[in-house]
Amino acid sequence: MAVQVQLKIYEGPLDLLLHLIRKNEISIVDIPIASITEQYLAYLELMQGLDLDLSGEYLVMAATLLHIKSKTLLPPEEEEGEEDDEGLDSREALVRRLLEYERFKNAARELEEREILNRDVFARRGRSTPVTEVSFEQLSVFDLVSALQKVLERFPGPSVHTVVQETASVRERMTLILDTLHRRSSVQFHELFDAARSRMDVVVTFLALLELIRIRAVHAVQKERLGPIVMEPMLSLSEANAALEVDAQGDEYGE
Amino acid sequence: MESDRLRAVIESLLFAADGPVSAERLQNAVGEVARREVIDALEALRHEYEHTGRGLRLVEVANGYQLRTAKEHAEFVRRLTAVRPARMSRANLETLAIIAYRQPVTRAEIEEIRGVNVDGVVATLLERRMIRIVARKDVAGKPFLYGTTREFLEAFNLKDLASLPTLEEMEDMTRALRDAEDPGGQPEKDAAEDDGKVEASADAAEDTAEDHGDGNAEEYGDGAGHAGSEDPTRE
Repeated sequence: MAVQVQLKIYEGPLDLLLHLIRKNEISIVDIPIASITEQYLAYLELMQGLDLDLSGEYLVMAATLLHIKSKTLLPPEEEEGEEDDEGLDSREALVRRLLEYERFKNAARELEEREILNRDVFARRGRSTPVTEVSFEQLSVFDLVSALQKVLERFPGPSVHTVVQETASVRERMTLILDTLHRRSSVQFHELFDAARSRMDVVVTFLALLELIRIRAVHAVQKERLGPIVMEPMLSLSEANAALEVDAQGDEYGE
Repeated sequence: MESDRLRAVIESLLFAADGPVSAERLQNAVGEVARREVIDALEALRHEYEHTGRGLRLVEVANGYQLRTAKEHAEFVRRLTAVRPARMSRANLETLAIIAYRQPVTRAEIEEIRGVNVDGVVATLLERRMIRIVARKDVAGKPFLYGTTREFLEAFNLKDLASLPTLEEMEDMTRALRDAEDPGGQPEKDAAEDDGKVEASADAAEDTAEDHGDGNAEEYGDGAGHAGSEDPTRE
């Protein structure tokens, strides 16, 4: 049996800092910056030594700490008033962030200690079964795109003659798909394109579908690898329409 | 309707329902009855479950009433159902806590508090239906605003968002925690007045402080909610 090295996993630089502060039995509001910075850097070195990925956030925090430290090390008389403020400000900002983060860590702990459904307490199982219990495969956008390619094969390439382009709105198509899904509760991917008359039509339907997946009104599942892709509604019709509304408002603002 | 009968009818309704039921829905199902009588019957039922050695509890959750198993029987129920509940990591919990207290909140605002990227965590929480997109913020980029769901209330046994402990209460806990760990430390300006209370919460805080940092994932509610069409998380 190999020797196991236990390394605590921190939830980011703030979590690591809180740990160091606690370990040193000091209060957040008067962190000895120099010594904490040293310990922080030592920990980063350890992680790098173990070939653990360090996310950029750790390095940003290291820079912040060094900045504060350099400010506090400068003798006061050599400092210009402004810079002094700057050093104090970033120190204060860090203290504020740590206090706030700690508050939410405590809130998370509070949540954790509640009587949690399906862990501590149980209710009768409702009619709706959770999706996660069925071994459906979650699909990536790439699966959908390759399915789209199959649908597009049914339509000839761009035509040489000009036709009057009907204005097909993605939003209208989204509503249409939602209606279909709610009427039939699940629809195979390719069936959604049965009514399509042109490549343009197909593309609009596909975009509408992606949008619906993005706002989590519907999702795509596959019961077996390479099996048919099935679209199912995730929200009730009224919820989905509300989500569309929210989405539409966003579009109105900008873009 | 006579009160014993009403109580029994309501018990049937609660059993047959597939989620928490509001007093209003119970009242509508019963028919000729005043809301007050329904509430009284619920209270009587709740009392009965709690004090006569029963295996169920009547709880107020997600703006409704629901029958749930007694906490002390969890082990037996788990053995029977053999369902392995999904686990929720510390990252998930912290993010969920931030969303619960700060909603509606954007991803960037969450990241500001946690100091790390939360894309993956937010996706997981959406997937588990603990959170949802509630709107878009009217700033550059129109980022999504997230809020908690009815399923969140159900999973964490919360009557409504107002029954979350306030951040001030949490602050007291934090202070107690600091004092407990650092007895000789800074005297806090507004240390809690009641010694007994501080003692108690400091103990609780210490318990939890011990598993600080070990990243232990706990078993969790599987988020298997039903899609309620109401919107109880917004007030």
